[in-house]
Parts: sequence; structure tokens; C-alpha cells
Amino acid sequence: MEIAQIATIASKEFWDRIRNRWVLAVALVFTAFALVIAYFGAAQQGSVGFRSIDITIASLVSLVIYLIPLIALVLGFDAIVGERERGSLDLLLSMPITRLELLLGKYLGLAAALAFSTIAGFGLVAIVLSARLDLNALYHYFGFMLSSVLLGCAFLSLAVMLSVFAADRTRASGLAIATWFFFVLVFDLLLLGALVVTGGQWGGEIFPYLLLANPADVFRILNIFSLDDVRTLYGLTTVFPPALANPWLLGLVMLAWIVVPLGIASWRFRT
Amino acid sequence: MESSLPSLNDAGAPLIVAHGVRKHYGNIHAVDGVDLDIRSGELFGLIGHNGAGKSTLFKMMLGLIPPTAGDIRIGGALVTGRDFRAVRRTVGYLPENVVLYDNLTGLETLWFFARLKGVSPAQAAPTLERVGLAHAAKRRVREYSKGMRQRLGFAQALLGKPRILFLDEPTTGLDPEAIRSFYATLRQLRSEGVTTVITSHILAEIQERVDRLAIMTAGKVQARGTVQDLREQVDLPLWFSVRVAKEDFEAVRSALSHLQVDAIEAHDDHVKVRCRREAKMAVIEALARLDGRVRDLTVREPSLEDVFFGFSD
Repeated sequence: MEIAQIATIASKEFWDRIRNRWVLAVALVFTAFALVIAYFGAAQQGSVGFRSIDITIASLVSLVIYLIPLIALVLGFDAIVGERERGSLDLLLSMPITRLELLLGKYLGLAAALAFSTIAGFGLVAIVLSARLDLNALYHYFGFMLSSVLLGCAFLSLAVMLSVFAADRTRASGLAIATWFFFVLVFDLLLLGALVVTGGQWGGEIFPYLLLANPADVFRILNIFSLDDVRTLYGLTTVFPPALANPWLLGLVMLAWIVVPLGIASWRFRT
Repeated sequence: MESSLPSLNDAGAPLIVAHGVRKHYGNIHAVDGVDLDIRSGELFGLIGHNGAGKSTLFKMMLGLIPPTAGDIRIGGALVTGRDFRAVRRTVGYLPENVVLYDNLTGLETLWFFARLKGVSPAQAAPTLERVGLAHAAKRRVREYSKGMRQRLGFAQALLGKPRILFLDEPTTGLDPEAIRSFYATLRQLRSEGVTTVITSHILAEIQERVDRLAIMTAGKVQARGTVQDLREQVDLPLWFSVRVAKEDFEAVRSALSHLQVDAIEAHDDHVKVRCRREAKMAVIEALARLDGRVRDLTVREPSLEDVFFGFSD
């Protein structure tokens, strides 16, 4: 494997997103939402203005869990199928580059663009709020940013996998939207439904592990579990056993959500 | 690997060798048992109908898709083998209907491909100049015409001074002037020892320009050789157009009566004679004996198009 080839593809993908202002637009969206949530997130409780980092992070988590998977899927769904459909894939593959290098370069370039806009967008808010945050709060906020990047990388990995499997861009975009619906909207409802229908008899033991089968839930657990104020506000995560709520373990699960879809993609893309 | 490629002094040695190559997609036999050897330094044409298997064969020669059976070697190394990087650094490829990146400028496009090929980005500007795009170097590809994109695609193929060029329909979208200068560039590259494999639909365009060619139909190579070899293989008749005064028509007819001539047609001021290739010299000698009554004589050899249809029908 030649790192230089991966870097060439990755830097093209990254600079393409900088030049077409994709990174700027996404960063601005994140900054705007984060500021609004920080100052007005508690409006339901009858007050405005920044209150606590716990509540802010909890509100941001609810937002990010919808937004980042969507952005990552939209960013990555045509990574390969787009080149294939436009007719530029053959030329790329005729270069002294392996298919794995091309795939990794695409992924890393897009991941860098997504990570950069996430960190820039939320980081700006951290700077604005920094005067009101103690070290512990900053630590939590930093954890939130890092896990947001991981969440984005996991869904980007799924998107790149779809872009290898899909026959054309239209189908890839359909699959991307279906993936978003499944993990972000349907998955928890299914689990909840199973729990309710069986009167709580079914799956009590394996339930926490099933939550790990959804990167969005892993992200939620990572962020909410350590915040005592809000843990009880987030239904499903309360069933999660504290023994499993180790951030390193959850981080590893997130990494698996990045590596496994990419692995499947590279297997499918090998010829 | 570099050293195992024939050197420039080995012009004429087999450089690209396909052996028993097949590519089957289920029941579709896109390429069905092709043997080819393309020699170092030659300009080799690959012609055939759409769907004859040219592009599939091309992609296999580049190592983009693996053959179902058989193997393809460049300079002795398998194109999909461990040495594939070294093989590809010696190859330039211009795909049919090349698609480049609209958001990059011409110069940035070449920088990108130069980095992938491990070539100094400093080569980009001179290469653009070589294809006549120096004036558009800083314009985005989005603003390029079809012909300019094609030339930029050709420039990309020329990066890194490749020993071998694979050009799939390279003159699509070029105007006659650009086609001339394109072939002039190819001739110059040939004099530098570059081997070129080219496909084209426009048979008249390549018939005078390739050293040898292969005709593909239904996934098989039907014939290969020089244009003249192929004419002889397919054995199509020649046409003579003999300009004579009307009163001499009969003299021509009787002069040729003892020869194996297929047809003689009288027109306003000339006689058309169709004959087999082996009768060609005898016909010319017989006409020469008509003592100056023949005012002009043209021989029309079967064109590459005639030859092509002779093989593919």
C-alpha cells in the first residue's frame, strides 16, 4: 500500500469540499444550531440564556444525532458510484493505484472534510462559551465533539459502502436515505416495540448489546451516560448497564462501525 | 521491471502480448479467445463495430478488469500482477469520451494526475503546451469545449513520458485541424519509440496512419496485419478508371478480353474495369500497349472500410 497515492486522492476530495464551500456551509450550520441551542435550549423550561453545559450537550446530541448521519450519508453516497456513472473511474483505476488505495483516499478525504467542519463549527461555539465553562465542562464538550466526529465517520463509512454496492447514483441516494431512516428513526422504535409487545419479557439481557448495533445509539450513550442531570430524560439509554458504558469500549464499538463497512466496501470493490 | 521492457533499440520486439484472452459475463462472451502481439514502437489500430469487444480488450490490457481466461503481459510482466505499478507507470491511457473534473483548471487536472503517476508537477505546463492548451491552463475544465477536454485527456495520457499509449477513440470531438496535429504528435512520439494502440470508428482516418491493425468482431480477432496484408487476405476486387475517348472504348475492351476481368463498364469519358488483385499488373501492361490512347489511369484499392466490411459481413 502506498500512502502517497492515498494522500493524493484524499487531498483532492478534501480541497474539493473546501473550494465549493461545503465545509464552510456545514460548519456554519453547526455553529448556528449550537449557539441557538446553548442560549435557547432551555426555553421549554421557561428561561432563556446559557444555563448548564449538561443541558446544552444533551440538546446538541438530539440535534446532531439527526443531522450528522444525514450530512455524512449525503457527503459519501456517490463517492464511488458517482465516479463510475460520470465515467471517470476507469481513468483513475488506470493510474498506478490499487482499488483499496482509491477507496481509502476517498474515505479519508471526505472524513477530513466532515471532521474539519464539525470541529470548526462546534469549536467556535466552545470558544464563545469558554468564559462560562469550567475544565470539566470543557472536557465533556470536547468529548461531545470527538464523538460527533466518530459518528460522522461511521455514517460516512456506511455511505461509501453503499456507493460501492449501488448500481447507479439514484439507487445510492435512495439507499442512503433508507439507511438514515433505519438507524435514526426506525431502529429504536423497533426495539421499543419489541420490548412493549413482549411486556418486557423479551430480550432484557441482550437489549444493551442491540443498542451497540446502531452507531447513533452508541453516540447517544457515549454522550448522555456521563451526564447525570439528563440521563433519565433519554428513555432507552437508561436500560444500558453502567458496566458497559465505558467510553473506551464504546469508542472501540464506534471504530468497528467505521472499519467494518469500509472493509465490506473494499471486499466488494476489489474487482 | 523498467529494465525488462524492450529498450528503444528493440523496436519490433513483442511488447504487449495477449494470449488466449477471454472475458465472459454470464452467457455474453465480450472477448472470446484473443491472441495478439503488439510490437515495440509500432502504431497499432484496433477496429470493430460497437460491442465487438475492443473496449473490453483495452480495459484488460490496462489491467482494469481481469480476464476470465488467458493472460496479458506488457514487457513480460502480467498487467494485473505484482508489478502492476511499474507497468502502469509506463502506460498512458485516454478513455473513450474522457471525463475529467469540471471544478479543476487544466493545470490542476494535470497536477493531480502527475501526482498519481509519480511524475513531477513541473511536467504539467509543457505537456499542456504540447497539446495546444497553454492558453487555457488556468481556466476551469467546466468552460472547456469537447475538443479541449479531449486534448486535456490526451495531455494526461502523455504525462510521465509513457512508453505505451492506449488511446480509445482519441479524435472524437476534434476538428480536422486538431486531428491533423494530433496525428502529427503521434508520429513524433512514434519516432521517439513510443508504442501506441488506438481504436477509431473513422477508418479512413487511421488507414494511412497505423503500422498494423486488428479487426475485431464478436469478441474475436478476425484478421490482423498491415492494411495491405488485410486487403490481400480479404481478396476484394480493384477498380481501374481508364480515361479514353468514346471511340476507343472497344479497343480497351478487346485489349482486356483475354484477361481475367470481372466487369467492364462504359461511362461518358472513361471505362471502369473491375478485376482481381492478381490480374492487376496484367491489366496495366495491356493498357500500356494501347499506344497513348489511354489519357489517364487511376487504380482504386479497396479502402480499409471495404476491407473491414469484407471481414465483418
